[in-house]
Amino acid sequence: MKPVLHVSNLFVSYHGNDAIRDVNFSVKPGKLVGIIGPNGAGKSTLLKALLNLIPRDKGEVLFHGKSFADIRKSVAYLPQRSQIDWDFPINVLDTVIIGTYPGLGFFKKPRKKEKEWALQCLKEVGMDGFSKRQIGELSGGQQQRVFLARALAQKADIFFLDEPFVGVDVLSEETIIRILKKLTSMGKTIFVVHHDLSKANEYFDQLLLLNKELIQFGDANIVFQKDILARAYSGQFSFLEEMGVNA
Amino acid sequence: MSFIDAVIQYEFLQKALLTSTMVGIICGVIGCFIILRGMALMGDAISHAVLPGVAIAYMLGVNFFIGAVISGVVTAMGIGFVSQNSRIKNDISIGIMFTAAFALGIILITFMKSSTDLYHILFGNVLAVRPSDMWITLGIGIFVLLSVYLFYKELLVSSFDSTMAQAYGLPTKWIHYFLMTLLTMVTVASLQTVGIILVVAMLITPAATAYLLTDRLWIMIYLSAVFGVIASIVGLYFSFTYNLASGATIVLVSTVLFLLAFFFSPKQGILWRAIKSRNKKMSLS
Repeated sequence: MKPVLHVSNLFVSYHGNDAIRDVNFSVKPGKLVGIIGPNGAGKSTLLKALLNLIPRDKGEVLFHGKSFADIRKSVAYLPQRSQIDWDFPINVLDTVIIGTYPGLGFFKKPRKKEKEWALQCLKEVGMDGFSKRQIGELSGGQQQRVFLARALAQKADIFFLDEPFVGVDVLSEETIIRILKKLTSMGKTIFVVHHDLSKANEYFDQLLLLNKELIQFGDANIVFQKDILARAYSGQFSFLEEMGVNA
Repeated sequence: MSFIDAVIQYEFLQKALLTSTMVGIICGVIGCFIILRGMALMGDAISHAVLPGVAIAYMLGVNFFIGAVISGVVTAMGIGFVSQNSRIKNDISIGIMFTAAFALGIILITFMKSSTDLYHILFGNVLAVRPSDMWITLGIGIFVLLSVYLFYKELLVSSFDSTMAQAYGLPTKWIHYFLMTLLTMVTVASLQTVGIILVVAMLITPAATAYLLTDRLWIMIYLSAVFGVIASIVGLYFSFTYNLASGATIVLVSTVLFLLAFFFSPKQGILWRAIKSRNKKMSLS
């Protein structure tokens, strides 16, 4: 199977300081990939560099063998919760309709067809009963599901989620993971920046362990070993034990 | 003579009414995007920053509209440049650049012959609107409204989730500067009605009032325009009847509208909130 995403020799720096160094990996379709690593490891930087939001110093990033600019409309990005103004005057349905914007192009307005499609996407994440609510009235988990519906409305096949579980209760976290697993079984490829090590091996098919450099990339149960994790979280053994990492 | 009789009889008052209605609409519309993008201070800055452009345009004998747009946009770019290329935060950068532009404007204006011009530019003099000003305002109004109509999607998504907008290929930086250009044009259109000093009130007060009353952007835009128009007309009435500065009366009317929404808005008003919490406490006791 051809890779969905192929990254080679990726370097990114801020004002001359390395943020990520020489990252190489390649992901096949239908995988749920967790991007983990300590604070300041460059997880969000990696995400931004893949999405062309920040300049790269060096390296090649290919989606389905093409550059990001050629396939950008089939890539959905779910922002960190803190990036969104939850008092914005917009309801759930209109938020999901935004997902249809990339496909519409300039000057075309979403019509009935887009609205119905958005409702269908809301149903997919179990949020169709909330379409008229202002987005700030929802719980953290519901908000994430609405943004997932927006990504579905975009008909994206690659998803990038930046810390989706911050401010989300355990039950909603599991609902979201269930939805993500359903999506990967439909052939979507999903990348999740995840700052919490607990359950990382249960949640994800593959893990990408980062600490400026790529420490290890591979199947979750292979990467999720104490000695491997310790190389990223150097000197934080007691922390690892607390997180329930044994091996 | 009543205000309505006067409007029928005097052409200058008709022009004033038409111009300030247009200004109420466009300030209300653009104001919605200004407050949702957290740029209220930017609105204030740009409105002050048009002063040197207006002064230079007067000296060169060209239309002040051109000078104003250039100096407004240059200042907006200067603000962006300083905050993006140093540790200086955006609000600080705004404070530095717009006061500099405004100070330069004041010095340039003093080289002009009459000081009444400065007074009118700063505080507005809607009763002296010339036909050419009215047409400029109308032209700006049509351009601004058409832009918002055509690029509504792009303005919405870049205001709400700029990272997504950028990721799917929208030129968010250019959208920002485009909005700054619209803002400058709106400021110029408002010069005669409310003047430089008070334009920011027309931009943010009606929009903030509407923001308290609805959860949908397009309704907010319509409401904001309606509040802008009410403020303009009622303000003009008080200005004419009691011989007060038009900018000041217009702004105070829109402040009254805001306070009404602040206290009595069904969802956000502090009165209903207080009643609801009291009822809740009563039901538990």
